Amino acid sequence: MKAIYNYIKEILQGIWTLLTGMRVTAKYFFTPWKHVTQQYPENRDTLKIADRFRGEVIMPHNENNEHKCTGCGICEINCPNGSIEIITKTLVNEEGKKKRAIDQHIYHLGMCTFCNLCIKACPTGAIVMGQRFEHAVWDRTLLTKVLNQPGSKIMEGVKE
Amino acid sequence: MAFNIYDFTTFTKSIHDGLSSQLSPTAVLAIEWTIVGLAYLLFVALFGLFLVYAERKVCAAFQQRLGPMRVGPWGLLQTIADFIKLLMKELITPKNADKFLYNLAPFIVIIVSFLVISVIPFAPGLVTFDFDIGIFFVTAVSSVGVIGILLAGWSSNNKYSLIGAMRSGAQIVSYELSVGLSLITMIILAGTMQISGIVEGQRDLWFIFKGHVPAVIAFFVFVIAGTAETNRGPFDLAEAESELTAGFHTEYSGIKFAFFFLAEYINLFIVAAMATTVFLGGWMPLHFGDFEGFNQIMDLIPGLFWFFFKVLAVMFLMMWFKWTFPRLRVDQILNLEWKYLLPINLFNILLMAAVVLFGLHF
Amino acid sequence: MDELKEVMITNDEIRTDEYLINMGPQHPSTHGVLRLLVQLEGEIVHNVQPHIGYIHSGIEKMAESLSYPQLGHLTDRMDYLSAIQNTEAVALCVENALQVEVPERVKYIRTIMAELSRLASHQLWWCVMGMDMGALTTFFYGLRDREDILDIFEETCGARLTLNYNIPGGVMFDIHPNFQRDVKAFIQKFKTKLPEYERLLSGNVIFTERTKGVAYLTKEDAIAWGVTGPTARASGFACDLRKHRPYSAYDKVQFKEILSDVGDTYTRYQVRMAEMWESISIIEQLIDNIPEGDHAVKMKGVVKLPEGEFYQRVETARGEFGVFIVSDGKKNPYRVKFRSPGFSNLFAINHIAKGWKIADLVAIMSTFDLVIPDIDR
Repeated sequence: MKAIYNYIKEILQGIWTLLTGMRVTAKYFFTPWKHVTQQYPENRDTLKIADRFRGEVIMPHNENNEHKCTGCGICEINCPNGSIEIITKTLVNEEGKKKRAIDQHIYHLGMCTFCNLCIKACPTGAIVMGQRFEHAVWDRTLLTKVLNQPGSKIMEGVKE
Repeated sequence: MAFNIYDFTTFTKSIHDGLSSQLSPTAVLAIEWTIVGLAYLLFVALFGLFLVYAERKVCAAFQQRLGPMRVGPWGLLQTIADFIKLLMKELITPKNADKFLYNLAPFIVIIVSFLVISVIPFAPGLVTFDFDIGIFFVTAVSSVGVIGILLAGWSSNNKYSLIGAMRSGAQIVSYELSVGLSLITMIILAGTMQISGIVEGQRDLWFIFKGHVPAVIAFFVFVIAGTAETNRGPFDLAEAESELTAGFHTEYSGIKFAFFFLAEYINLFIVAAMATTVFLGGWMPLHFGDFEGFNQIMDLIPGLFWFFFKVLAVMFLMMWFKWTFPRLRVDQILNLEWKYLLPINLFNILLMAAVVLFGLHF
Repeated sequence: MDELKEVMITNDEIRTDEYLINMGPQHPSTHGVLRLLVQLEGEIVHNVQPHIGYIHSGIEKMAESLSYPQLGHLTDRMDYLSAIQNTEAVALCVENALQVEVPERVKYIRTIMAELSRLASHQLWWCVMGMDMGALTTFFYGLRDREDILDIFEETCGARLTLNYNIPGGVMFDIHPNFQRDVKAFIQKFKTKLPEYERLLSGNVIFTERTKGVAYLTKEDAIAWGVTGPTARASGFACDLRKHRPYSAYDKVQFKEILSDVGDTYTRYQVRMAEMWESISIIEQLIDNIPEGDHAVKMKGVVKLPEGEFYQRVETARGEFGVFIVSDGKKNPYRVKFRSPGFSNLFAINHIAKGWKIADLVAIMSTFDLVIPDIDR
C-alpha cells in the first residue's frame, strides 16, 4: 500500500514540477510586449552606445584641421599587434630649425584588438576611441586608415 | 438540424453526381482520387509551411523573442523562402550509403503521414475514408513510419544517424502501446471504432467531459505518447541536437530533408487532430446537454473552424511543453512508458470500463 | 589508449560490440572546437579521449614578445568569460613582483568586477546547460539577464567581452558615475530572475532525474586530477582561493564557500547556482563602500620586472587560474605559463563519464563548464 502511495505521490510531484516550469514560460508567452529582441538596423536612431565604448581609434581634429599628434611613436610601441604605424617627416620652420612632425598616422583597423593601450599611453591625448562600430567593408584594404587628415597640422602649443 | 448549413456532404455529393452523369464509374473514381490527392498535397504543403512558421513564432514568444521578422510582413514569407532554399539545395548521398534505402526512407515517412490524414474528418462530410475500424487504421498505419526512420538511420552510413534511428525505434514501439491503449479507453466510451461514429457520439457533450476523470487521464496520456511518437521535444531523442547533431536525418539535405521536416509537422497535426477527434469532439461545436440557446449559438460557428481551433489549441499545448522541458534520456523514456504510462493506462481502462458499465458518465 | 588503438587499427579483427564516434570538432554540444573520441557500446560510454589543439593560439609563446601591460590584454582571449579575472591575475602578479601597493579603491572595483564577471559566466553556463539538456528556452532567459551585466561592462570598461580592464597598477578607467546605480538595479532585477531559473530548470523532474546520481566525482579523484573551481567544490574539495588565499578585497567581505560532498552532476549544478547568490551578496556588501581615491597608481612607461619567478593565482568562474612569469629583468617576460582551470578539469571527464550514456556525457561536459580557448591557449 505504501509503495502505491509513494508511486502516486511521485507522479503528482513530478507533474507539479513540470507545471511550475510551464508557468514560467507561459508568463512570458502572454506578455509579448516584454520581448527583449532589438531589431538592429531599424533601431539605429535610438541605439545607445556607451561613451567609453571602444569602436575604433580616431584622431580628433579641430575646425582649423589641426590635431594634437606630435608623431612621437609611443602608441606604436605600446600597440601589442602592430596596428599602428607612424610615418614622420621633418619640417623646417622659418627660422631654419628642423622639427619632426607626423606625416601619416596609419591605423590598421583589421588588426586592432581595441585594448586601449595606445590611448592610455598617448602623452598629448591626440588619439581617442570612437564609438562607431559598423566597420564592415567590401575590401580589406579599406580597413587601413590614415588618421591624420590630409593637410592637417599640429595644434599650437602641443609639446612632446 | 442547425449545423447542416455547414455540411460538406451536399457539396461533395453534387460533384460526384455531376461527374457520374457524364463519365463511366471508373473514370469518375480516377478523377475523384486525383482531386482528393491534390487537395491533400496542397493542404499538407500549405499547412506544413504554416505550422513551421507558427512553431517559430510560438517558440519565439516563449523565449521573449520576435521570431522571423525579415521576409515579408512579420516574417510571414519566411517558411516559403526556406522551402525554396531547400528545393535548390544539392542532394547529397554519403559515400557507402545504401543508396536505394537512403532514397526510399523519406518517402516512407511522408507517405505514412498522408495515409493517416486521409481518415481525419475535417468537417461534416469532409473526410476521405470512413472505415468502421478507423481508429485501428490510424494506429496501424502510423507505426509504419518508424520503418522510414530506421531505414534513414541505417542507410546513411553514419553512426549518429544509427544511434538516432535505434532510439527512435525503441521509443516509437513503446509509445505505440500508450497511444493505442488511451484510444481504446475512449473506444470503450464511444462504443465504436468508426471515426464518424465517434464524432457523432459527441453531439451532446465532448468525450473529455463525458468521460470525466478517466477521459482526462487518457487525454493527457495520449498527448504525451503522441508527442513521443512524433519525435518532438521533450522526446526528441532521435534527433537530439546536442547529442547526435541531427539524429537520423543528419545526412539528408535538400528536399529529402524537407520531407522529414514536413512529415514531423504533419505528424504533429495528426496527433493533434486525433486528440481533437477522439477527445474534443472533432468538428462538433461545443454543446452542453440541454442549454438549447447556448448550443444554437455554438452551431453558428462552422465545423471546419471548430476543428482547426481545437487542433491548434492541442498543438499549442504540445509546443508549450516542447519549449519548456529538457530532453529525457533514453532509459528514462522507456521507464516513463513501461513504469508509468502503461500501468496508468491499464488502470484507466478498467476505470473507464467501470464508468461505462455503471453508467457513471454524463 | 591501448584499447583504443586496438579498435582503430586492427582491421582484420574488428570488435563488433564497440564503436568509436568523434564528438567534435564540429558538434553542437562541445561549445567550440573540442574533439572527444568516444568509445561506445550502444549508448553507453566506455572511454572518452579528449583531443585538443584545434584553436591553439600560442598565447604563452606570444607573451614572450610582449611587454607586461600588453600581456594582460591577451589573457582576455583565453577564458573570455572570465576576462576580468584573467587580467586581474596578470595585474596582481606584476604588482607583487614590483612590490606596488594599489589603492583600496582599485581593490574594491576589481572585486566587484570579478564577481559581476562570475555572475555573467555562470549565467551563460546555466543557459548552455539547459540547452545541452534540450531545454532551449533557458538559453534565451540566461542571455537576456547576462545582457544587463554586459551593458554595465560596456559603460565602465568600454567593451563587452574582451575588456582589458585590469592593468598592472590599477584599472583602465575609473568607474562610470552611473556604475553603482546600475549595478544595484541589476542586482534587484536579477534577484527576481534567479528563483525563476530554479523553477524552470532546477526543480524540473526531467532535469533532476537526468542529473541526480549521475557521474560521481569523489574528493580524492578531484584532487588527483587537479580539478578546481565549482566542479571540485561539489565533490567536497575546499579550493576556493577567494576564501583560502584572499586577494583584492575578498578579505573584507563575508561569504560562504559553497561545498558539498556528493559530487554528482546535480550537485555541480547546484553549487554554481548557489555561487550566484554568493556573488550577489559579495557585490551588495561592496557596492556602497567603494572608497575614494585613484583608480590606478602611476606606473613607469616601461615596466620591467626584477629577475626571478613570480606566480599568482585567482579564482575564475571555472576554477583556479594561475599566472607564472619568469623574468630576466627585461621588459618582456622570459617565459610565461598559464595554469588554466579548464585544461585540468577536462581530463577528469574520462574518469567519471565511463559507464554513463551519451546524453550524460553531454550533461557532464556542461557541468564542467568548458571554455575551449581556455583549454587550448
